[in-house]
Amino acid sequence: MSSIQFKLNNHPVAVNVDGQTPLLWVLRDTLGLTGTKYGCGVLQCGACTVHIDDEPTRSCQLAIETVAGKRVTTIEGLAEHRSHPIQQAWIAEQVPQCGYCQSGQIMAAAALLAKNPSPSDRDIELAMRGNLCRCGTYRRIRRAIRRAASASGAAASPTAQNRGQ
Amino acid sequence: MAGIIKISRREFLLAGAGSTAAGGAALILGFFVGRRYERKKLVYPVPPRPEAFAPNAFLAIDGDGSVTVWVTRSEMGQGVSTALPMLVAEELDADWATIRIEQALANPAYGDQATVASRSVSRLWGPLRKAGAAAREMLIGAASQTWAVDRAQCTAERGAVVHVPTGRRIGFGALAGLAASLDVPADPPLKEPKDFRLLGRRIPRLDIPAKVDGSAGYGLDVRLSGQLFAVVARCPMFGGRAASFDAASARSVPGVRDVVEISSGVAVVADGTWAAVKGREALNIQWTGGAPDLSSAGMSELLRSGTETSGDTVNSVGDAGAVLAAADQPDRTVEAVYEVPYLAHAAMEPINCTAHLAGGTCHVWVPTQAPVRAQRAVAETLGIKVSDVIVHTTLLGGGFGRRSVPAEVREAVELARATGKPIQVVWSREDDIRHDFYRQATAHRLTARLDDSGWPVAWRHRVVASHRSAVDGASEIPYKIGNFAAEFVKVESKIPLGIWRSVSHSYTAFAVECFIDELAARTGKDAIAFRRHLLADSPRDLAVLDAVAEKSGWSTPPRQGRYRGVALHPCFGSHVAQVAEISANPRGKMRVHRVTCAVDCGMIVNPDIIEAQIEGAIAFGLTAALYGQIRLDKGRVVESNFHDYRVLRFDEMPEVDVHILPTTHKPGGIGEVGVPPIAPAVANAVSAATNTRVRALPIQRAS
Ligand code: FES
Ligand code: FES
Repeated sequence: MSSIQFKLNNHPVAVNVDGQTPLLWVLRDTLGLTGTKYGCGVLQCGACTVHIDDEPTRSCQLAIETVAGKRVTTIEGLAEHRSHPIQQAWIAEQVPQCGYCQSGQIMAAAALLAKNPSPSDRDIELAMRGNLCRCGTYRRIRRAIRRAASASGAAASPTAQNRGQ
Repeated sequence: MAGIIKISRREFLLAGAGSTAAGGAALILGFFVGRRYERKKLVYPVPPRPEAFAPNAFLAIDGDGSVTVWVTRSEMGQGVSTALPMLVAEELDADWATIRIEQALANPAYGDQATVASRSVSRLWGPLRKAGAAAREMLIGAASQTWAVDRAQCTAERGAVVHVPTGRRIGFGALAGLAASLDVPADPPLKEPKDFRLLGRRIPRLDIPAKVDGSAGYGLDVRLSGQLFAVVARCPMFGGRAASFDAASARSVPGVRDVVEISSGVAVVADGTWAAVKGREALNIQWTGGAPDLSSAGMSELLRSGTETSGDTVNSVGDAGAVLAAADQPDRTVEAVYEVPYLAHAAMEPINCTAHLAGGTCHVWVPTQAPVRAQRAVAETLGIKVSDVIVHTTLLGGGFGRRSVPAEVREAVELARATGKPIQVVWSREDDIRHDFYRQATAHRLTARLDDSGWPVAWRHRVVASHRSAVDGASEIPYKIGNFAAEFVKVESKIPLGIWRSVSHSYTAFAVECFIDELAARTGKDAIAFRRHLLADSPRDLAVLDAVAEKSGWSTPPRQGRYRGVALHPCFGSHVAQVAEISANPRGKMRVHRVTCAVDCGMIVNPDIIEAQIEGAIAFGLTAALYGQIRLDKGRVVESNFHDYRVLRFDEMPEVDVHILPTTHKPGGIGEVGVPPIAPAVANAVSAATNTRVRALPIQRAS
């Protein structure tokens, strides 16, 4: 066991844990950052999605030692006061139901927009199909991504719908 | 500023970023990673508020005018923590911006508090409005005393009482003290629906902001000072137990603290979830007992053969048996057998419970649908008084019925007693799928007799299942048929059963709506026209059917390669009809493109929540219709995780159009009612596409 250092939400951290421990459990149990969720543990659901050096990554099978020296962003560090356009769009479209999958959904969607500010429907599907939602919020997720894309100044998808409240 | 900040454990807990590994394995570094607001409020006891005006157990008004509403049902995504406060705020004439919610502790004073059967709003529609109205009347009384005017000249609006002739106003906060000294009216007047200002509006949900920044507190997020984690090895065969295990190797895994035998199996206690899982892998358990001959094929045979003998008649009209027995014109008798498999719930948040036993009081934090049942389970397990058990209901990462069973609560308190420490029991996804309380597998034999014009004159539905509740949705149907019988045939299930979103309606709707469709197809009649003809006595069902026909464009044929199917089902006080539009290719690959849904759920509380629940129910029901099955082989559950227990994915979600019928009936349920029609609607569309009737679920077996 040795000290593993990385940057977490822009803060340097060091943890003394078995290097094989998945990042997910280091975040949740060692560091107490519980926003990143455990859903399956086997790369099937996306609930554990975080950004590693800006890449959306499943943390449930990512040995902590491979994170050494990297930048890890979790839902808690995505933005201050829910100000990320994706978070704003999630609220505007009233996406979450139980909400349990949503940290992962939001991290996946934020990574998509960072790379591709005006994703096509197909781009959205490819980016999001690895994130399961048992409550079935998919349609609202799609609307929210379109909304965030147009709010960020990108050309709105021609099929974008804005919903009146 | 950036940098590592060491903070004390107490600050850590207050910040909500509680760490748990007390010394040893991990170096604990406290740090602030963004916001600290609103974190994990749910997991701490509700502070007493002696100073507040609290005319009843549902609400309190503080001096600053903020209104706290205690939510006495569980928030599992269905929106109760917004819908219930809306009922209070409407009658209170509160300013919605001042509404705060607190999750109520388990308290028999609230009734059973179980969040089941889609009844939260219908059960609390009266009591919560009355609670709000009583407070409003007392605030008006307080204002009229303050001004020394006739109370008839005063009215409440948006968080204040107004003296109408002069336009003077006093905020609720300033009136709270005086109002608290007045008598609580027993029968306060309730508003007429035409005067509603909140009910019926798309009020944004109160639980959503915390669900977009990771701060929402689920059961699995509970972090207490000194907390340990446990996973339990349970016998993979139902009813078996551990014959031997290697506690020493489990203990040698770094981070493992203890190995404890409990009622349900062998628990490994550790500093963190991962170490507990690793420790469990090292146990090398030899199991004994169970029922190794259990298999899906055997169960299916049992169910199907059950349909061949008559059972208990649970409802009848006329004499279906006699009409069906008539031997003449056998081509007028139609018969079909339908079958559905066991299903797991697979709520997104795996099953868990956290418990701490100290000084004779046991606290549990659990994402439960049945806090009072959990409270009783704790008291029973520990042999302590119910009043010494504090149940904190956290947010639920989905429930779907599974979380009405307190199995994990018993495990957590057994471990809290054994270790003397706060402890969280975590079920892995595999534990969840393989040790669920399953939706029962059922078979259905439907037999009908048609008259000269092709209308049914007799109908018999034999339901074969392990629990009698399976007849709901079969014992009464909206269609008027002169001779009607519903029968129940019982077969034993050797695996644990429980309620599953929409309960029996998830399969009775499949059988009834596929069979009515078969009858229409047999007689060459349009599926909707056929149903309409039989709905003379069911105006609400007729209305949703007509609405869905219109909105789906039923009268115009779908474009080339597309097929439609319809289904209708009333349950939980609501009425729902759906049309599914699909494409299917000859290799059996199919896709659901669009679902149109018409719903009459009585008086509308929040249309956005209704739409969300229907969208979600369609996804949930489609998952089951297309892929859902729990199979048994040699006494064990075959499926284990999302790779083989598939959940509908993002790119498989159809377009959904929801049409809510404006009605003035009393509120019905909404959380479950969207599930039953989707399987038969899709099955009927597949039948139209392939000319082969779908009579068993899932439609796409193992892909
Ligand atoms: S928990 Fe990592 S993908 Fe499911
Ligand atoms: S909102 Fe419940 S699982 Fe996605």
